[in-house]
Amino acid sequence: MTIDTPTDRLAELSGEAALSEIPPQADNLDALESEAIHIFREVAGEFDRPVILFSGGKDSTVLVHLALKAFRPAPVPFPLLHVDTGHNFDEVLQFRDDLVARHNLRLVVARVQDYIDDGRLTERPDGTRNPLQTTPLLDAIGDNRFDAVFGGGRRDEERARAKERIFSLRNAFGQWDPRRQRPELWNLYNGKHRAGEHMRVFPLSNWTELDVWRYIQREKIELSHLYYAHRREVYSRDGMWLTAGPWGGPAEGEPVEEKIVRYRTIGDGSCTGAVESEAYTVDDVIAEVAASRLTERGATRADDRMSEAAMEDRKREGYF
Amino acid sequence: MTDETETLTRTAPDSGAQVTLPVHTDLLRLATAGSVDDGKSTLVGRLLHDTKSVLADQLDAVHRASADRGMSTPDLSLLVDGLRAEREQGITIDVAYRYFATPKRTFVLADTPGHVQYTRNTVTGASTAQLAVLLVDARKGVLEQTRRHAAVLALLGVPRLVLAVNKIDMVDFDESVYTRISEEFTEHARALGYTDDAVVTIPVSALHGDNVVERSERTPWYSGPALLEHLETVPVAPDPHDAPFRMPVQYVIRPRTADHPDYRGYAGQISAGVVAEGDEVVVLPAGARSRVSKVDTPDGSVARAAAGRSVTVLLEDDLDISRGDILATAETTPRVTDELDATVCWLAEKPLQPGTRVLVKHGARTVQAMLTELSARFDEQELSHVDTPDALQLNEIGRIRLRTAEPLPVDDYADDKRTGSFLLIDPSEGTTLGAGLVGTPLGPLASAVAQ
Repeated sequence: MTIDTPTDRLAELSGEAALSEIPPQADNLDALESEAIHIFREVAGEFDRPVILFSGGKDSTVLVHLALKAFRPAPVPFPLLHVDTGHNFDEVLQFRDDLVARHNLRLVVARVQDYIDDGRLTERPDGTRNPLQTTPLLDAIGDNRFDAVFGGGRRDEERARAKERIFSLRNAFGQWDPRRQRPELWNLYNGKHRAGEHMRVFPLSNWTELDVWRYIQREKIELSHLYYAHRREVYSRDGMWLTAGPWGGPAEGEPVEEKIVRYRTIGDGSCTGAVESEAYTVDDVIAEVAASRLTERGATRADDRMSEAAMEDRKREGYF
Repeated sequence: MTDETETLTRTAPDSGAQVTLPVHTDLLRLATAGSVDDGKSTLVGRLLHDTKSVLADQLDAVHRASADRGMSTPDLSLLVDGLRAEREQGITIDVAYRYFATPKRTFVLADTPGHVQYTRNTVTGASTAQLAVLLVDARKGVLEQTRRHAAVLALLGVPRLVLAVNKIDMVDFDESVYTRISEEFTEHARALGYTDDAVVTIPVSALHGDNVVERSERTPWYSGPALLEHLETVPVAPDPHDAPFRMPVQYVIRPRTADHPDYRGYAGQISAGVVAEGDEVVVLPAGARSRVSKVDTPDGSVARAAAGRSVTVLLEDDLDISRGDILATAETTPRVTDELDATVCWLAEKPLQPGTRVLVKHGARTVQAMLTELSARFDEQELSHVDTPDALQLNEIGRIRLRTAEPLPVDDYADDKRTGSFLLIDPSEGTTLGAGLVGTPLGPLASAVAQ
């Protein structure tokens, strides 16, 4: 991860000599960054044991970048938590380990596979493990006594997320109750919670997919290369390009083809599809996202297509 | 912030289409409010749809769901009513945040519900809004709820209002209906302290799109802008850069590493004004003084930084400063007090009574407090007051006095929204009970109380 000084960045943008001063909020990314950093610092000040949920995807990578910026030159005062479905892309696990090592972070891993092996969870008939993540997540929160859990959720992703607060209280069962949300006024966040309850905190609430990509470009944030166009053997199912892996492969009548693809979201390999794309660089991706006619979840997430309220139902159960 | 919009044109790699991306966009935060069935969700759905902020799969889902419900045309409110209960009951329950952009501006829209019992969400949406769009049904005109919402918006200091007279098609685009509603509302807004240029009324049909994005030919008697046109061009109130410097300390950064053995920085988001190297500052509530030796940002140190920016301030002297303290310019300081005269919007089911114990969250500090006096309840219909009521109920606005266990450095809300605002929190359940505003931000309320 490279951080430019702001003066260099401005000079780069304007093509002029370095300026001595940052114009206040020249770009809405500055406002979004300051808001996210404010949220990180509030949580560090009000909670005993915060943790960042880390999936290896672009949103959680941006979260880590912001956490580093919020406390610099001190280290990030909390660990990362990865819920490993056992269906992760190898590239993503490698990316995760490199990131943790490079920034000297602490990592806690909760494994869905452990739960399946000892019978606490049963593999679903469709092989999808995304819904199975909730139990290991809640156990990890309980076992480690985490009281604040940062997530990379954005309100532009999905209709139920659009209704969620930045500080979202979960009860002792990890459940979200949309009817009992606290009013969130000005930039005053109420972090009060009772024993057993915890807070989910979403610093990227007000970011759009395009904002995230423009920020990745501006800050030169390194992402898993799965986000950029590459050659891959894929097969078509439900209008998505899936790739074979430990989670299974093509059924009969699903021919494997070689395509140039990239991923718009990264999650469980069994239900995350790739899109055909020739966006090789972050600039290409920004142009592609701006021109896209599909949302990132609609394009590539089978789990969100299940029903009209798929996300709301999962959140009520304690999902991210 | 510039008025000129710079854009960047790129070629989409897949389709080859030319894409125009806004850069250096300025941002308008707006909230919507209205009564039940005024068509608010439909209006927001229409704005999203007509600004092409709705993508194909979202639109497909709306078409499918509308057909499932036996409707002949797509119901655009389904784009925003995200919760199961909302779709089942055809109402909006909770604030939803929407993001859309045009080449001219980026918009963050808080869509707030109209039910009386959900007025607290209007307070939430309005607390950060620079403009509010209020809806009325042209057939019903200005209702009790419209007056209540306008009073709440005025109280919270939302600088600009738009009244959208919706369903104008249902009254056959009758100019006299529009004029009557417009005049009645403008008079109410004036009584709340709005100047006429801060209030704009627009006849619209959210269902058919009249005057939402494009001016309608069916309202030839209306010469003003369409709603989106107004939102794109209305001047945005700037951040208070010329206000006195204020910054609540959120966190003390002390790395104690080999590289930074003695670094001690005070991290926070500047809530008002500008801070620069060499400035004399006061640490409140203690009152100690020092000078700024360095202003750090996450990207390195800067000579000065302004309101809205998250920074880390380093001082010349070693002082005892912790989370919750406020750094302020030595020129004009907040007043430090443990007796708080304030206006409160009560947002909880259980009533507020004299003697109630609460927690007050102000800036980055939370202190215990007790309600010592409930001096008035505000009647937002008559814009008058009721003296010394027994209690404040859900959604009511009143004048209170609080005694706090520790002194707080405060400004009047009218002067500084950040150091002038606070939350009232239930000490046992932790729920947010009310929104507090230091002083008497609403003119008529102040004068009513003074009578």
